[in-house]
Amino acid sequence: MAVPELHRFTLDNGLRVVLAPDRTAPVVGVSVHYDVGFRSEPEGRTGFAHLFEHLMFQGSESLEKLAHFRYVQSSGGVFNGSTHPDYTDYFEVLPSAALERALFLEADRMRAPKLTAENLANQIDVVKEEIRLNVLNRPYGGFPWILLPPVLYSTFPNAHNGYGDFTDLEQASLDDCAAFFDTYYAPANAVLTVAGDLEVDRARELIDKHFGDVPARPKPARPSFAEPRPGRELRGSHTDPHAPLPALAVGYRMPDPVNELDGYLANLVLAGLLSDGDGSRLQQRLVHREPLVTDINAGAGLFGPFEARDPDTFSVTAVHPPDVSPERVLGALDEELDALAVTPPGEQELAKVTARWSANLHSEHDRLMSRTLALGSFELLYDDPGLVYGLADRIAAVTAEGVAEAAKALRPDARAVLVVEPDQGGTQ
Amino acid sequence: MTAVSHRSAEEIGATPHGPRAVPALGEQRAVADITHADTVLGNGLRVLAVRKANVPLVELRLLIPFAGEAPMHPATAEVLAESMLTGTARRDRVAIDTELALIGGELGTSVDPEHLAVSGGALASGLPTLLDVLADTLTGASYTDSEVRREIDRVVERLAVARTQPRVIAREALQRHRYGDHPYTREVPRAEDVAAVTPEDVRALHTASVLPRGSTLVLVGDIDPDTVTGDVERALAGWEAGRAAAELPPLPELAGGDVLLVPRSGAVQSQIRLSAQALPRTDPRYPALQLANLAFGGYFSSRLVENIREDKGYTYSAHSGFEFTGASATVQVEADTANEVTAAALLETRYELGRLGLVPPTADEIESVRQYAIGSLLIGLSSQGGLAGQLSALTAVGLGPEWLAGHPQRVADVSSDEVVQAALDFFAPSRFTGVVVGDADTLAPQLTALGGVRVESPRP
Repeated sequence: MAVPELHRFTLDNGLRVVLAPDRTAPVVGVSVHYDVGFRSEPEGRTGFAHLFEHLMFQGSESLEKLAHFRYVQSSGGVFNGSTHPDYTDYFEVLPSAALERALFLEADRMRAPKLTAENLANQIDVVKEEIRLNVLNRPYGGFPWILLPPVLYSTFPNAHNGYGDFTDLEQASLDDCAAFFDTYYAPANAVLTVAGDLEVDRARELIDKHFGDVPARPKPARPSFAEPRPGRELRGSHTDPHAPLPALAVGYRMPDPVNELDGYLANLVLAGLLSDGDGSRLQQRLVHREPLVTDINAGAGLFGPFEARDPDTFSVTAVHPPDVSPERVLGALDEELDALAVTPPGEQELAKVTARWSANLHSEHDRLMSRTLALGSFELLYDDPGLVYGLADRIAAVTAEGVAEAAKALRPDARAVLVVEPDQGGTQ
Repeated sequence: MTAVSHRSAEEIGATPHGPRAVPALGEQRAVADITHADTVLGNGLRVLAVRKANVPLVELRLLIPFAGEAPMHPATAEVLAESMLTGTARRDRVAIDTELALIGGELGTSVDPEHLAVSGGALASGLPTLLDVLADTLTGASYTDSEVRREIDRVVERLAVARTQPRVIAREALQRHRYGDHPYTREVPRAEDVAAVTPEDVRALHTASVLPRGSTLVLVGDIDPDTVTGDVERALAGWEAGRAAAELPPLPELAGGDVLLVPRSGAVQSQIRLSAQALPRTDPRYPALQLANLAFGGYFSSRLVENIREDKGYTYSAHSGFEFTGASATVQVEADTANEVTAAALLETRYELGRLGLVPPTADEIESVRQYAIGSLLIGLSSQGGLAGQLSALTAVGLGPEWLAGHPQRVADVSSDEVVQAALDFFAPSRFTGVVVGDADTLAPQLTALGGVRVESPRP
């Protein structure tokens, strides 16, 4: 396949732009990534980055409340936004006739969002309903993404709940919103991506027209979230009122996703060897041969890989019957990691993981929304959107020794273990 | 929030330039035609192969009608689906996974009261292997005792988890309330039934019911449709049977009625689920009803979402959408809301249902949903997976690519009067039945005061 065409440039106000023309279907994707996620929210304001994401949909200088949704959808498009550890994205996919309109909508809220007390109060209610839906009213809510970090990490940015406590959400003020916007939503702190059915010159013109006069503001200094790795095994437990079966999450630190990319990719391959498919090591042993668990998964990143800068988390999660102790699952996991550390995997085992990654990446890039977002996040985190298309080859280049090294680094004396216990007396 | 001084919210929201005009839409480019081959093989299997070569992959969707009236059918079918890919005479479980992995492939199975589905995909170069594994499974799945017993244990454990999910609890309650004991209601088998399934039962069900006649296979990807159809015919040559796969008996027509309050003690959020009879995609009035539904609650800019989410903050998730079953269809209205606003949310939902007919969608509302219906279809079909999913659902009811290609024009041709009439005819609150699942102690006083709600008596 031909290498897809990419164009990158930066406006005078500092906004970075990625264009990825592909005219096979008459649809276009537009996204804006801001370089701020929930790891940047201050103590006492847990959940603020996500709440603020909601507010960015609530109107801007040229757009009344509800107008953003109506313009996107009445143009035949779909939209959303999402808050990640280190960035927040906003995006639309539309028939390509609506490209200029989508650029206008994103530029208007980058220039002058309308932040009002009424919308803030309304969206605090909506976010609380979102948290009830996804966390409080269901089994394994927040498992492991909310529950594991406070066991593995000790500093507030890495350990706290990115969805937020209700008390913190209720205290969010309009002034907090203004400060957050002025600090983090500067054009120089953002990446605009346009992918799909576009003509490069025309798209550049439209981008200049709509984003060119967004006033420049200083790019905020990016804090380091580095903290020492655990020096022992850390333990935590959580009682889940809805869960019928116990569950277990094991968290490890992993190589820096940006500055140690090859080591990071070796961890991705390791995760595939451990738990992707019936032939993977943990599935074969723990689900079928012994069997100790109902389901088991291993992976990089608590939301998936390439979502965060350092530090990022390698996790193994399992749901198991009550008569199986967490120690037995941990013992088996450690044996499998030791085996891989001592005897690197064979060629065929690596080829399986590599081929599945290649197919999954192709499939992800075939969906315009995913492709647009991947290009934007790789520009933001890696300063290299082309890496999106080079990943399959980089993963294929991971060696057996690299995987063995990765397995060796997942040590029992430097990890977090979170146990989820069903609340027998509680409601289901 | 930060050390630096900053502007006020008011200063941020206004520039010297003032508000700007939203740009008009440009010229829309047309979709390229898709090439396909649509063939019924000698064994009765309909094969639809579509070329869409954006990426070097192929997507596969097989749907086998798989209804059964026997009380143990749902449990046996569930275990069959979970065990189907655990081995054949030629390959054991690990060998199947290994061969698929080496072509970047996956195959998965699922079952519901209507269909057994086998879906997956692979790098296009691996299609011969994908078809070989599929054929081997369809004609030679061995369901060894040990694999079936292990899958039974896992299904029982997963059912325990599923039955604590509010959406599963609400779905079961709605199915029971609107269709009684029709086989369609048995979407999630009972754990005790699953525990009683034997490997012999599963093998017998495979022989009796995994049949090509009446089934549909959709392939979408970097393929040549004509060649691929021949490849499929050769690969599946051994999949033969005289009789047709089992279709679900028709569903009774839904009538409106009381909403049932189903207790779930201690819940911090309730599930509102309303349902009424609608129209299948083949009905000439379907496009008008599709637009009426979008205006009501089928997209974010709908009356329901703008009211109970964006105005009142009662919910994160309000939605209305169609459920197509065989030759019939229903419309579902759903919202999850905090206890203290559940009754108010039901009141507003009923109000919006009534208002859709009495204060019908305006010309602006209709143009908005028309563009959304056409545009979101365009977006959905732009990926191989999206196209394969749509075509699979259509082939199951005898439709195909022609229906998809013609739908934008049908939507464009709907008149405002037709949308207004559909709104009045199909969204009247009296046509709806439904359930609310939640903490009955908190909810019952307000909901019964609201009326049209009856509290479910404790079930054995």
